[in-house]
Amino acid sequence: MSEHEPRVVAFCCHFCAFAAADLAGSMRLQYPPNVRIIKLPCTGRADIIHILTAFEDGADAVFVAGCLEGDCHYQRGNLRARKRITMVKRLLAEMGTEPERVEMFNLSSAMGGRFAEIATEMTERAKKLGPCFLGKKKEEVAV
Amino acid sequence: MADQDLTGAVLVVGGGIAGMQASLDLANSGYQVHLVENKSAIGGRMAQLDKTFPTNDCAMCTISPRLVEVGTHANIEIITNAEVDSLSGKPGNFSAAVTVAPKFVDPDKCTGCGLCAESCPVPVTDSYNQGLKDRRAIFKLYPQAVPNKFTMDRKGVAPCYDSCPVHGNPSGYVALVAAGRYMEAYEAAVERNPFPSICGRVCVHNCEQNCNRGPVDSAVSIASLKRFLADWYVREGAKAGGAKKRSMAAATGKKVAVVGAGPAGLSAALELRRLGYAVTVLEKQAVAGGMMRLGIPAYRLPNEVVETDIRHILEHGVELQTGREIKGEADIEKLFTGGYSAVYYAVGSWRSGRLRLEGEDLPGVSHGVNFLRDVRLGAKTAVKERVVIIGGGNVAIDCARSAVRLGAKSVDLVCLEANDAMPAHHWETEWALEENVRINAASSTKRIVARDGAFAGLELLEVERMSFKDGKLDLATRPGTERILEADELIIAVGQGPETGFAREGGKIQLTPRGTLVTDPLTGMTSWKGLFAGGDVVRGAASIIEAVADGQKAARGIDAFLNGRTVEPEPVENVVKLTPEDLKTRKVKPIERRKNPMISLDQRKSGFAEAELGMSEEDARAEAARCLYCATCSYCRRCEDVCEAKAINFRDVAQKRKLEVGAVVLAPGFDLTDARKQAEYGYGRFPNVLTGLDYERILSASGPFMGHIKRPSDHAEPRRIAFIQCVGSRDQDHPYCSSVCCMYATKQAIITKEHLPGAECTVFVMDVRAFGKGFDEYYERAVNKYGVRYVRTRPSMVTQDFRTNNLSLRFTLDGKGWREEEFDLVILSAGLCPSELSVRTANRLGVKLNRHSFAQSLPFSPASSSQPGIFLAGAFEGPKDIPESVTQASGAAALAMELLSKVRGTRVTERAFPPETDVKGQDPRIGVFVCHCGSNIGGVIDCAALAKRAAKLPGVTFTTNLIYTCSPDGLKNIREKIAEHGLNRVVVASCTPRTHEPLFQRTIREGGLNPFLFEMANIRDQCTWVHANMGEATETKAWDLVRMAVGRARTIEPLYTQTYEPKRRTLVVGGGVAGMTAALSVARQGYPVDLVEKSGQLGGNLHKVLTTAEGLRPAELLASLQKAIAGTPSITVRLNTTVAESTGFAGKFTTRVTTAGGESTDLEQGAVIIATGGNESRPATYQYGEHPGVVTQMQLEEKLAHEPAFAGSLKEVVMIQCVGSREPGRPSCCRVGCTESIKNALAVKKANPGARVAVLYRDIRTYGFKEELYNEARAQGVLFFRYDLDNKPVVSNDGCGNLAVSARDLNSGLDISFSPDLLVLTAAMLPAPDAQQVGTAFKVPLNLEGFFLEAHMKLRPVDFASDGIFLCGACHSPKFIDESVVQAQAAASRAVTILSKKVMEVGGVTAKVDPEKCASCLTCVRTCAYHVPRINADGVAEIETAMCHGCGTCASECPAKAIDLMHYKDYQVNAKTEALFDIKARVKIKAGVS
Repeated sequence: MSEHEPRVVAFCCHFCAFAAADLAGSMRLQYPPNVRIIKLPCTGRADIIHILTAFEDGADAVFVAGCLEGDCHYQRGNLRARKRITMVKRLLAEMGTEPERVEMFNLSSAMGGRFAEIATEMTERAKKLGPCFLGKKKEEVAV
Repeated sequence: MADQDLTGAVLVVGGGIAGMQASLDLANSGYQVHLVENKSAIGGRMAQLDKTFPTNDCAMCTISPRLVEVGTHANIEIITNAEVDSLSGKPGNFSAAVTVAPKFVDPDKCTGCGLCAESCPVPVTDSYNQGLKDRRAIFKLYPQAVPNKFTMDRKGVAPCYDSCPVHGNPSGYVALVAAGRYMEAYEAAVERNPFPSICGRVCVHNCEQNCNRGPVDSAVSIASLKRFLADWYVREGAKAGGAKKRSMAAATGKKVAVVGAGPAGLSAALELRRLGYAVTVLEKQAVAGGMMRLGIPAYRLPNEVVETDIRHILEHGVELQTGREIKGEADIEKLFTGGYSAVYYAVGSWRSGRLRLEGEDLPGVSHGVNFLRDVRLGAKTAVKERVVIIGGGNVAIDCARSAVRLGAKSVDLVCLEANDAMPAHHWETEWALEENVRINAASSTKRIVARDGAFAGLELLEVERMSFKDGKLDLATRPGTERILEADELIIAVGQGPETGFAREGGKIQLTPRGTLVTDPLTGMTSWKGLFAGGDVVRGAASIIEAVADGQKAARGIDAFLNGRTVEPEPVENVVKLTPEDLKTRKVKPIERRKNPMISLDQRKSGFAEAELGMSEEDARAEAARCLYCATCSYCRRCEDVCEAKAINFRDVAQKRKLEVGAVVLAPGFDLTDARKQAEYGYGRFPNVLTGLDYERILSASGPFMGHIKRPSDHAEPRRIAFIQCVGSRDQDHPYCSSVCCMYATKQAIITKEHLPGAECTVFVMDVRAFGKGFDEYYERAVNKYGVRYVRTRPSMVTQDFRTNNLSLRFTLDGKGWREEEFDLVILSAGLCPSELSVRTANRLGVKLNRHSFAQSLPFSPASSSQPGIFLAGAFEGPKDIPESVTQASGAAALAMELLSKVRGTRVTERAFPPETDVKGQDPRIGVFVCHCGSNIGGVIDCAALAKRAAKLPGVTFTTNLIYTCSPDGLKNIREKIAEHGLNRVVVASCTPRTHEPLFQRTIREGGLNPFLFEMANIRDQCTWVHANMGEATETKAWDLVRMAVGRARTIEPLYTQTYEPKRRTLVVGGGVAGMTAALSVARQGYPVDLVEKSGQLGGNLHKVLTTAEGLRPAELLASLQKAIAGTPSITVRLNTTVAESTGFAGKFTTRVTTAGGESTDLEQGAVIIATGGNESRPATYQYGEHPGVVTQMQLEEKLAHEPAFAGSLKEVVMIQCVGSREPGRPSCCRVGCTESIKNALAVKKANPGARVAVLYRDIRTYGFKEELYNEARAQGVLFFRYDLDNKPVVSNDGCGNLAVSARDLNSGLDISFSPDLLVLTAAMLPAPDAQQVGTAFKVPLNLEGFFLEAHMKLRPVDFASDGIFLCGACHSPKFIDESVVQAQAAASRAVTILSKKVMEVGGVTAKVDPEKCASCLTCVRTCAYHVPRINADGVAEIETAMCHGCGTCASECPAKAIDLMHYKDYQVNAKTEALFDIKARVKIKAGVS
């Protein structure tokens, strides 16, 4: 393998981000195949544990994508999620890896193009950062 | 009225947001709904919008869940592409006739996979995208459309298709050529015409004669395009893999003989082969092809061309025997006895017509057909020096041009017809002339001149006149014009006929007087049973394509005959003929026709090389692109090929339906006014002038530029953008205000600034009409935060710089003369007007329209039409925005339900399910169903391999792959496999759970599984569609997604909902017009009401408002409401009573009310309606309360009503608007003030026309039809002066009791002053003082100004975020009486959706607290946006399932991890990443624990 093919996990809310990812499909927008989406009812449910587990299991980058701020279908779940992402960034830094490996995005369900952009951006970012050692360590332990 | 006279179903017309809301309210309250929509999907205008004001919510985000809810509701039947024709019967019991237009796609089979649209070559202007983008002829209205079904835009067939005898489908292959899809085009071209190479060259091409493009410039060169395809196939076909072979029927074991290997015979032979017959073709000549091979010269049709087409036919297994002549009846008889079940006789017409002149058989004289045949067979290789041909048809020209090529020194053609009347094709004649053929037109041959026993010339005579009478030639010549034309060789080409001399009278074969065979027009069978005939032997000399048609017809006839069937005539299709009008609307511009190149004249004259060459690929595509797609669908039938669900049905026809309904809700929507009519603004002429809706699509992320703001002319980012207001509003033709444009322009300006912060947005506006809740703050934000500039003027003209496409606006400002300003983009805020459809529908139903053709509603009841039982919703009743439409829709639903309360629940169906299988303690037994979705998934990845691979995953018991899992067969398969394999979890790997999860969940429930034992892997929308050409990576991702789904499936558990019966009683708080109306509506719908009023009487402001702007008397409304309430025993009126506190949740509230005497009562109810009203404020400015001549509008109104002489005494009245409104601290508009002041101003003017009445205003906000009142006031001489916050009027008191008012009029820039007798202040409207306390009691929020805050500004305007509590009237925001009435009805409708529930279901995805772990830290209490968690008596947090919305935020925030969100527990979420990275699960799950 000449280039590291990163694995990116995306936690998407049902109403906006997941719908936007579907719309990217309807519009046949092409983006790198590295992103794996996990659907949640709201990014309010995106727990720090889920994000850290994803890294521990082997993700090179994780993003959480919810409704536009002010447009959350559950009023403010996305605002809570954003706070948690800030927290996870700090934790990542403390653990000695790049905080940019995790990001919060907001988009509406009509923004199929934006979803493709985000997927591309996070894949590029993960490529640049290279493999995340949190996952590596786990593998070694598991063997 | 007896119950049996009522029908518990409602017809809702129009599937926009209003129709959807009415449908949902009705269906959720126990009524069957038929939702009739004219388009192919519901969603209406809102689905076209990018964002909505004033919250900038994404329109699609908010409407999309609604769409799905309507689409999946068991009691809503969506009837798309439909229109109501008529309505009969009486209220409560109507019968509606509905016509459903053909969709050409069977909705029961269509899975919405979209392969058809991908295959469609026809570009169609996409009206959803306002024509800024193309769609295909087969289409879905928009990506999220509901129903998720495709529809074909097909107006019939094109004339080219219709006029081709074989329906060789020119429109289809032309469309495919234009798309550069040659192989498919070739396949379409040969489907019904086996001679593409031949017909591409020599066909008579009637198709072109009838082409709709003809009148514009010239027909599409269809024949040449066919030739292009045939030549392309010869060149490239094999390389491209060869054409798809048409399917052949199984062998029948029967033999058929075909006599004659011409076009008719060979076509019949091919068709018979396809039908499963063994076919032998018997040909007299040594070569096959008939006239094609022997009657047409090689320079037009080279041998190898003919041979190519024949070879392709013979490749199908047709046996050809040449040199076999079948002469007469005896020979035919022998064929029958020799084992042939049927015989097709198609020997052509080889008998040459004769002149019957002496010397016709002299040496040197030959006949046309024989001459041509001999040339082709090589028997004739030279002609004499001077050749003359008699005849004016194509054969004569062929002979002449052949003679040139055989070396004649001179060639003369002699014909009776004048030059312009020759039957030969004009282009053939022209080519002949180019080749030096002399044409002696209008010449009759008097005699053949012989010399030495040989031909020597003709004696000719001028023709004066010729015509045909009853088929006989009527000729007049000019005596004395005789002349001799010397020549050495004569060819007579004057017609031909079949050689049928063998058929004797009384024989088995019947002949026509012309000597042709008599056949059955449908089957081609002759009078001899089993003998069929066609081509020239039946028609006389005719065209190749007619012969082909005959051959195919006979093949079908023979097949029917041999199977004892009859042949049905082909259905008649509508032929689309474009009128000059149509062509104008379509803006068809002339484009030059591409011609085939020719070889040089010298080359042409010196031999038989093909004269005309084929087109280049570039020319062919350009030529094909000239097609107008007259019928939209080109009938290429590619969709039919790719649709694996077999849903395409070209034979679909309109259907008539009869619907039995009790009531009708009309919500047919609106149109935008035609901005082209404002010609001075250049819409339709200047590319960078757009309407608001066009711009909405440009802003939309799913629009033509994917949300990037570009201007159409050069796709450059605009920097200077102008919005022109009131385009098609507030003008001569539309003397009303469209109500929404100011706000939508403001929204668009804000969004523009968000996209392009550097852009300059200017709104040209007369008045900023931001009269709705929160609108003024929105406008202020546009000005102050985003820097949007509002210019108070109406531009007179837009001009365009034709080099830059920039636009110049001309306008006057502040009375300071003309100005001009340049912009990059101009947006016209086009107004709202009734649509043709809405007017048509209203007329059919007898619903009265107002003078602007909007529906006329009844006084004080905006949702009532002039027809009892028919109710109104949305902009059909007048321009309005989304929340007002939604409100009115709920109001209309309430009125329908009042009418039909006795038959609630009688027409609804409830889905019945088998008992649930108990999966407790079972290990997972997962079934994985991988969907191909046609080729959407199956064409990209290997679904079978994926299914096989999934079988090895732990817990998986069964896997399969299906073409369409969501098809009825697919769903049946799931149910069967659950039973067969004892599955206790189901995973479907297909499309998106957003649209399909409910369907699959229902399916597994039907299979006995709890619906939560289901998981989906989205391998289409989020995999194969977005990684179409990424090979292995796409396969890997799909495999990962399936593994993740299976991993999670192992951890999911059944979830059960709890049910309870709602308390079927309502509490209404507030006894004003809204409260009274709501109480009555709920009671009329069959549920008792407690109506609580804090004062000692019902009526509220109805006591204070004495007339309305429309001249109605609120007192009359009050009296009728009071009487109705008194007569309704199920309403308990509690006066002098207030609300103390309330507990509970939807369906189960307990509210403590307290009387003035301090007596408390606990009332139970299922729903609460809050209608606490509002009041006019008392100003603290402008000398109010200090000077007796200063009053408020309401005080003036009271004086005008009670003191008749008062108005007459007034000489000068000044009114100041916006007193205490639209200022810091109270930023909102009072909405009613402008109309109220104008009403009062007119009242003063009426009583005392000499009085001077001046209105000092900031913006006149007479929205909707109230604009007419404003017009009236100006006509009556009421003076209007504009001020702003920086230049507020100054009121002073001179100390002697005289008032003085001075102000600056911003319109003219002049200072003005008054000394009024009366100064009237239009004071702000405030919420009732007890709103705050009521809000606290019910834990519902208020906004900063103290009005109640609804759940969602747009789509839930009368709901609170807490389920079961609703609001209406002035406590929501200031409003007019009729607006309060309809909002009250809406609240009643919403409340009844709860009261009417058999049981309330709660549970599913909700949060649960583990009391053992709870540390009572209050994090959840603080986090929950709905204030659901509370600390219970045990001191731990408790979440009431009925109130939980299921977002899971509390679960993520709980520091003790004491809260779980069901279905999304931590280990259930983590299971996905564990499966993705093949990590061993951290938590050991015991199956089925819950």
